[in-house]
Amino acid sequence: MSPTNPMNRRKDRIDDLAATSGGTATLVREAGTVDEKPGVSLIASAWKRLRRNPVFLIGAGITLLFVVLALVSRVIAPHDPAVGYLIDQVRPQSNPVPGPQPGFPLGADDAGRDLLSRLIVGSQQTLIVGVFATLFGLAGGMVLGILAGAFGGWVDALVMRIVDVLLSIPSLLLAFSIAALAARPSQLTVIIAVAAVQVPIFARLLRGSMLAQRHSDHVLAARALGVTERAVVFRHMLPNALGPVIVQSTLVLATSIIDAAALSFLGLGNPNDRQPEWGQMLGKAQTYIYDYPHLAVYPALCIIVVALGFTLMGESLREALDPKSRR
Amino acid sequence: MARFIIRRLLQMVGVVFVLSLLLFFWLRSLPGGTVSAILGERATPETRAALTKALGLDEPIWVQYWKFLTRALRGEFGVSTGVLPGTDAMTIFLDRLPATIELSFLALLIAVVLAIPLGYVSARRANSPLDSGLVVVSLVGVAVPVFFLAFLLKYQLSVEHNWFPVSGRQDNIGCTRVTNFFVLDGLLTREFDCSASALKHLVLPSVALATIPFAVIYRITRASVLDVLGEDYVRTAESKGLNARVIRGRHVLRNALLPVVTTIGLQTGGLLAGAVLTEQVFNFGGIGNALAVAFQRRDYPVLEVLILAAAAIYVIINLLVDIAYAVIDPRVRTR
Repeated sequence: MSPTNPMNRRKDRIDDLAATSGGTATLVREAGTVDEKPGVSLIASAWKRLRRNPVFLIGAGITLLFVVLALVSRVIAPHDPAVGYLIDQVRPQSNPVPGPQPGFPLGADDAGRDLLSRLIVGSQQTLIVGVFATLFGLAGGMVLGILAGAFGGWVDALVMRIVDVLLSIPSLLLAFSIAALAARPSQLTVIIAVAAVQVPIFARLLRGSMLAQRHSDHVLAARALGVTERAVVFRHMLPNALGPVIVQSTLVLATSIIDAAALSFLGLGNPNDRQPEWGQMLGKAQTYIYDYPHLAVYPALCIIVVALGFTLMGESLREALDPKSRR
Repeated sequence: MARFIIRRLLQMVGVVFVLSLLLFFWLRSLPGGTVSAILGERATPETRAALTKALGLDEPIWVQYWKFLTRALRGEFGVSTGVLPGTDAMTIFLDRLPATIELSFLALLIAVVLAIPLGYVSARRANSPLDSGLVVVSLVGVAVPVFFLAFLLKYQLSVEHNWFPVSGRQDNIGCTRVTNFFVLDGLLTREFDCSASALKHLVLPSVALATIPFAVIYRITRASVLDVLGEDYVRTAESKGLNARVIRGRHVLRNALLPVVTTIGLQTGGLLAGAVLTEQVFNFGGIGNALAVAFQRRDYPVLEVLILAAAAIYVIINLLVDIAYAVIDPRVRTR
């Protein structure tokens, strides 16, 4: 399969992304000889370009703000997000959602809990869902991708057939099906469902860029010097193949938060809402959405801003690491 | 060409076979299992044992899989327990398929008609304010949860302003059914008000469903046109003094649209997942709606037929895209 072929079927698109890392090594070397500055690493040159890219700076700024908010949320939240302070005002028939009032600037939800505090503390669980879904997906994909990419041959064929079958189901539908398997849905089952969808994508991506490394000169040189097979895979192939995977991870942070919201919307999310999470708040707000749309709009805006931040960061990273865009 | 198609068909049969295996084990590992799903948690051990025997669940696993496979091939998936209790699951699927096809078709049409020209203009004027604005719109389009956008449209345009109907596929004005494609039915029977009503119901759900395909197709078109514009043959054509229209049509667009075609095919398959969310918001009564309800009420027979059908449709679309691609681009056939 030629990497120059502009195919964009799902799996080939993933392979195309992977192929970009194969080219970077030679490109950096060429750049080094032209500039007479040997030793400019890929990361250093990418960072130099990113530093001046406003898209990256906005994305990274949003992400940084989000992470800091999640870390200090417990301290700065005015109230406990799990306590129904305004439960006395909740009337299921006439007034299910208490409005804004002194001390509660955004009002409360249908259990009398302070909405502002729930939004602030919600950043924590949202970050956890995003990060762990990405890490689990990455871990699963790494195992399969390294197996296939390092050994090639029949191992590669077997692993890739499994991956192709998983890729042949629309990804959100696969997440719904896996979430439906949980006897007792919880935050963990949501994370697993969202992560499982990413496994085949990561696997294919890593396998592609590992294969590109397999045939490169530095791996051949390492083999010729008698470096053990394990060291070749983990010290010479894997680190050089990680570029596209890191880019994909930033993008998956965004999709996993959005997918988790979709699971909540279908009633497949975490039913325990003592620990608020934005996707869960958005999914559950559908009950009152026409009478009290603000219950949905606030968490939705938070999700959109954060997802946009991750996406901007990921896209500018991809551009910086892509040898094509450096011409 | 024939060999290429046969090889792809064989691959497809393999994928569907493995999918059926996955689905079989998925169904067996669902919480509570089939017996509890039918009888509920409080059944006596005797009735449970009787049903286990009646369903053949005490037989060896390969016998069970063989029965599952033959049953699935004959289209017998059992009776719905939650979506429309008592109705055959396969009938539910066939009844609702036209609604989702109508919706997906319109959504894809909106996405393609907007995305390709905008993507082209964006690439021609790269880094202009128009280009930057469109790129931002496409990025936001992917970041907005589909069901939230659907709610927003419905709230603003149906609930607040009453410009579009709130839910359903058609007003109840006594229309004749022929094919269950409501817009087409109205045209066939010359009940044009029926077609108009069906179209009005389609507008908001299809716009909501179109956002993600629009964003994806727009960005692929933009990137692809940018790539082609940098190619040597375009510079050659320009320096030969060919007129701009020929360069645009024959050299740029024709080559740039190759990856766009495959992306459109891919998005068609992915529409079904989006339809689950959109149809649920607008209570549209298609496959997506049925899937959402089936997930909520754990209606296993309906889930079985819908998931297998969804995957099969996805695989078939992929195959058609591959064939289309091989027709357009001869290099693919030799792989």
